[in-house]
Amino acid sequence: MPAFWVIAEHNADGSLARISAEAATLARSLAAAAGGDSEAAGIVVAADPGHAAEQLAVYLPRVVAVADAAAAGHAWAVLAAERAAAVIGDAPDAVIILGAGPDGRDVAGMLAALGGRGVLVNATGAAWDGRLTVEMSVFGGKLITTSGFTAAGGIVTLRPNTVTAEVGPAAGTVERRSAAGEPSIPLVAVLDQVAEVGAAAPIEEARIIVSGGRGVGSPEGFDLVREIAAELGGAVGATRAAVDSGWVPYSQQIGQTGKIVKPQLYLALGISGAIQHKVGMQTAETIVAVNRDPDSPIAEFADLLVVGDLFEVGRAMLVALRARSG
Amino acid sequence: MHIVVLTKPVPDPAAAAERLGPDGRLDRAASPSVVNGNDEYALEAALKLTEAHGGEVSLLTMAPAGATDTMRKALAMGATRGVLVTDPALAGSCVRSTVQVLAAALRDLTFDLVFAGADTSDGGGGIVAAGVAALLRLPYLSNAARIEPDPVSGRVQVRRITATGYDLLEAPMPALVVCTQVLGEPRYPSLKGIMSARSKEIATRSLGDLGLSAEAVGGTVATTQLLGTRRPPARGATQVVRGSAEEGAREIVAFLESRRLI
Ligand SMILES: Cc1cc2nc3c(=O)[nH]c(=O)nc-3n(C[C@H](O)[C@H](O)[C@H](O)COP(=O)(O)OP(=O)(O)OC[C@H]3O[C@@H](n4cnc5c(N)ncnc54)[C@H](O)[C@@H]3O)c2cc1C
Ligand SMILES: Nc1ncnc2c1ncn2[C@@H]1O[C@H](COP(=O)(O)O)[C@@H](O)[C@H]1O
Repeated sequence: MPAFWVIAEHNADGSLARISAEAATLARSLAAAAGGDSEAAGIVVAADPGHAAEQLAVYLPRVVAVADAAAAGHAWAVLAAERAAAVIGDAPDAVIILGAGPDGRDVAGMLAALGGRGVLVNATGAAWDGRLTVEMSVFGGKLITTSGFTAAGGIVTLRPNTVTAEVGPAAGTVERRSAAGEPSIPLVAVLDQVAEVGAAAPIEEARIIVSGGRGVGSPEGFDLVREIAAELGGAVGATRAAVDSGWVPYSQQIGQTGKIVKPQLYLALGISGAIQHKVGMQTAETIVAVNRDPDSPIAEFADLLVVGDLFEVGRAMLVALRARSG
Repeated sequence: MHIVVLTKPVPDPAAAAERLGPDGRLDRAASPSVVNGNDEYALEAALKLTEAHGGEVSLLTMAPAGATDTMRKALAMGATRGVLVTDPALAGSCVRSTVQVLAAALRDLTFDLVFAGADTSDGGGGIVAAGVAALLRLPYLSNAARIEPDPVSGRVQVRRITATGYDLLEAPMPALVVCTQVLGEPRYPSLKGIMSARSKEIATRSLGDLGLSAEAVGGTVATTQLLGTRRPPARGATQVVRGSAEEGAREIVAFLESRRLI
């Protein structure tokens, strides 16, 4: 019976990344569905993995924490891939789950090459049905495919907000190990870590996203977008037009060349809904748009479209929201 | 400075005509093919660097034979030449095969840097480049917002975008860098570029040329398989609100309340 492994990511402060709690929840439910002696386990690789490992053990019966001093001054993916490969071994029936963000992708690609394993990417769902079946959304959301591995196992990258993280019945064990041996892939030195002002919470994980487009018109215009996001407890997103204009950092861009998000609410202000933007946000559970053009493409896939000026409607919305909470 | 850019022809997402054929593979006849949008950023970054430091940009593509048409568009932007790995046995390849084939083709090329796009628009997961770097034991620098190679020291520095800002990475060349849109808008091919692209070399390589066999890579040894497809659930009709800003705002708040979002 297969083993389901999660290779966990951690935040800059050493805490567990939310996507990894989601991946762990999925691994646990797949192992339960597969039955027999299948197990779910996690791996944390960091200079000091303790904190993230304890947090991961809330979701999984077993966590291997690999302390690797090299992780302090070097890019993480190589170390994570090599150390995880050593823990997992070459069992062909291992199912390895990672987040579909930049770090998870890097590790997935390396692990696939090191172990000759198959990869199913950007999963929007996974189930055990005598075998692992993985759903993904393709062709700009026009089609949902279900795929499997031809071998007993493989690697899955999981989209954020696909699974709701739920703690396990009992806290798991944390097994501490130290890294052994030189990695076969060259390490890349991290000379400096720079925090940029205005870098916001990762939008892939946000439950609510308030997004602005060209219609917002200026960097100052985004203050209103930020205010509404703060009032709703959400994150700020943007179209490429807004990013290219320099109003918002690229990290907030949603769409084909930006991030793919799946929030519960997507509030689009001054966004036309071009196909390249749509592919990044169309699986939001609820889409609300404010646009002065009733014929913009977003009118075809929003749940609610308010025809009007985004500044007027946005300010009135703030008043209404504050009155409600006040 | 010699840079190889990994470029994949993909169905044009703007045409929105993608579909699967009866064999469960992409129906390539259904859609016009374009250079993957993210690969154009990588190509643009490579062209700028060779303009600054001298040298050449080569394209490396694994695709059906007809891909030369799409490659010409990238040559028109300014790449010097292209290498197309094409073989009937590669139809239906999975990520593992793509990684092995691109790695094998790169072993025959000389380069200081390999550039790749962040991911492919036809369902790619942004993982091929990491796999290629792992197989070739190349330093791997991803999510790049700035790339500064130093031909004198033989090292490259990259700003890697992180959740909170960026990490400054450094590695010896040759190295593989995954590019992002932040590097800058791709140029439009000039008329002169389009004319000269017609006579630029596109070398084709078969699996045999690369010393690979159809027992090792390609459709027959795919690691993943399509089991089924379905249409996504249709979104409900759009509720349209016209009226004063206050009415609009009230409707939004009521709607969010009704869906228990606030
Ligand atoms: C290869 C490629 C990749 C791309 N990748 C992405 C991507 O990842 N993400 C992305 O977003 N785009 C991407 N694009 C760009 C995309 O095609 C669109 O150009 C872009 O999404 C448009 O952004 P927008 O909706 O903000 O601007 P516009 O299309 O200009 O729309 C602005 C909207 O605001 C409305 N408006 C203006 N003023 C107001 C006001 N005061 N009140 C209310 N409404 C107002 C207008 O009616 C209009 O509908 C990509 C394009 C290409 C070619
Ligand atoms: N068949 C291919 N030929 C050339 N380059 C490719 C191919 N597939 C993927 N790549 C490169 O790898 C990047 C990531 O692809 P993917 O992992 O498929 O999303 C792309 O942006 C390309 O630069």
